[in-house]
Amino acid sequence: MRVFLIATLVTMPFVAAQPPAAGRSEPMNAAGTAKASAPMDITGYWVALVTEDWRLRMVTPRKGDYPAVPMTPQARKVADAWDPAADETSSDLCKAYGAAAIMRLPARFHITWQDDNTLRVDSDWGMQTRLFHFNSSPGPPGERTRQGYSNAQWQRPASLKVATNNLRAGYLRKNGVPYSENAAVTEYFDTAPLPSGGQVLLVTTIVDDPQYLQQPFIVSSQFKKEADGSKWDPQPCTAK
Amino acid sequence: MGSTAVHRKISRSKIAMVGGVLLCLGFCQTAAAQVEITGSWAARNHEFLTGDGLPVDFTGIPLNEEGRIRALSYSESQLAMVEHQCQGWPAFYFVQGPFGLKIWSDTDPLKGNVISYTIGAWEDRAPLTIWMDGPPHPSKYAEHTRAGFTTGVWEGNTLVAYTTHMKAGFLRKTGAPSSDEASLTTRFYRHGDILTVLAIIEDPIYLAEPWILSRSFQLSATPLPPIGPPCITTYEGSIGQTAPHYLPEKNPFIDEMTTKYGVPRDAAIGKPETIYPEYRKKIPAAQAK
Repeated sequence: MRVFLIATLVTMPFVAAQPPAAGRSEPMNAAGTAKASAPMDITGYWVALVTEDWRLRMVTPRKGDYPAVPMTPQARKVADAWDPAADETSSDLCKAYGAAAIMRLPARFHITWQDDNTLRVDSDWGMQTRLFHFNSSPGPPGERTRQGYSNAQWQRPASLKVATNNLRAGYLRKNGVPYSENAAVTEYFDTAPLPSGGQVLLVTTIVDDPQYLQQPFIVSSQFKKEADGSKWDPQPCTAK
Repeated sequence: MGSTAVHRKISRSKIAMVGGVLLCLGFCQTAAAQVEITGSWAARNHEFLTGDGLPVDFTGIPLNEEGRIRALSYSESQLAMVEHQCQGWPAFYFVQGPFGLKIWSDTDPLKGNVISYTIGAWEDRAPLTIWMDGPPHPSKYAEHTRAGFTTGVWEGNTLVAYTTHMKAGFLRKTGAPSSDEASLTTRFYRHGDILTVLAIIEDPIYLAEPWILSRSFQLSATPLPPIGPPCITTYEGSIGQTAPHYLPEKNPFIDEMTTKYGVPRDAAIGKPETIYPEYRKKIPAAQAK
């Protein structure tokens, strides 16, 4: 027994220290509600910090201005045919506000628990609502929507993974860079303290779309937490 | 030995074993709460972080007034001067530059723990070593270098690095300045084969508030080089009698972002309020389209 005990104590650190996978983002045990088992709190008001890609996000780029998007030739044709006037007169002004692009918009986001297993993300610009479903199977696909269907999973030790599909086709950028309805969006939500106080939310977004993207489109966006909703300013979608 | 004595002995052993395992788990949790970040991480330049397409592009950088004046006085022709050609960029540049990251670790040969991680160099960027064995940051009077001095700790699965002692340089190649008091906090998040780096740059001399950037890299099976090509100076036609510069109010490129991309001047010159969404309302509609 003593030998076994010593062997256990000696080998345990090495055994346990082996990462189960190189990336080591294990899903957490689904027992209990998502709210109760949340390893991090991302609820609250978050403001986008437009510190990168400013000219592509704060103003609508001109037609043909698509730097850094790995577009397929087919996507380029579609984007080259972008007609903002036609978009403006259509019933859907929100093509650039879908799940594949919304976290890159210069907007505020309000994150709340809709219920014990559903995280709700509202945007003020575009007035969109995303629902992140924990502990649920999506069931048969329903009607495609701008925000699609999102499955959410906490990751150890403190991260959130969200996988979204069943999307309506939309724009990755406001000047008509397309994504198809078969696009799949994977997002990781992480938080960090600011050295001088406050909190940052980091969202890594990966869009897979073999039809319009030559490789997954990967961007990361950062948000700063606000004390309250005093700057919340709902504005409808705009096509231009 | 009676059955009671045997039972007591087994119980003591069990208690010791459970205690040991619990103790071990506490230790193991710390040891295991790390991810592998070494390897070759390919650039996925789907974000335009270099931001050096036009001479006066300070968009997204919350410069203070002094930083703005310095930025507007900069002329890229300075890089033609022999003494500046190989000056390189500060540590921030590993997040902004177009290259991937080659990261390796050095381990203590006896204990096996990681002493440091190193992010390989490029032609215009020095290697960045993240010391994991807990050395204190040097005195503020100590030598400042391009890469600075960096320490790191694991917070859960996130590597957090803190860099000080960088030489004065540039926040962006277009001339937005950084002082030798600037610091950089980087956090490395790994999710599968994606490595996202969050960079928080603070500079009490030239920034009105922290400049926060992030960028993602993808694990590459193809090894990236740990160094770049050597930087070799050469005569580029600049005669060394003057330092190329502009008077800040006479920078000839100040409105180029406006005419080419519809970016208002306040945003192009890095006014802090322009990094927040509400600034959209101040953008003239004709420019926003």
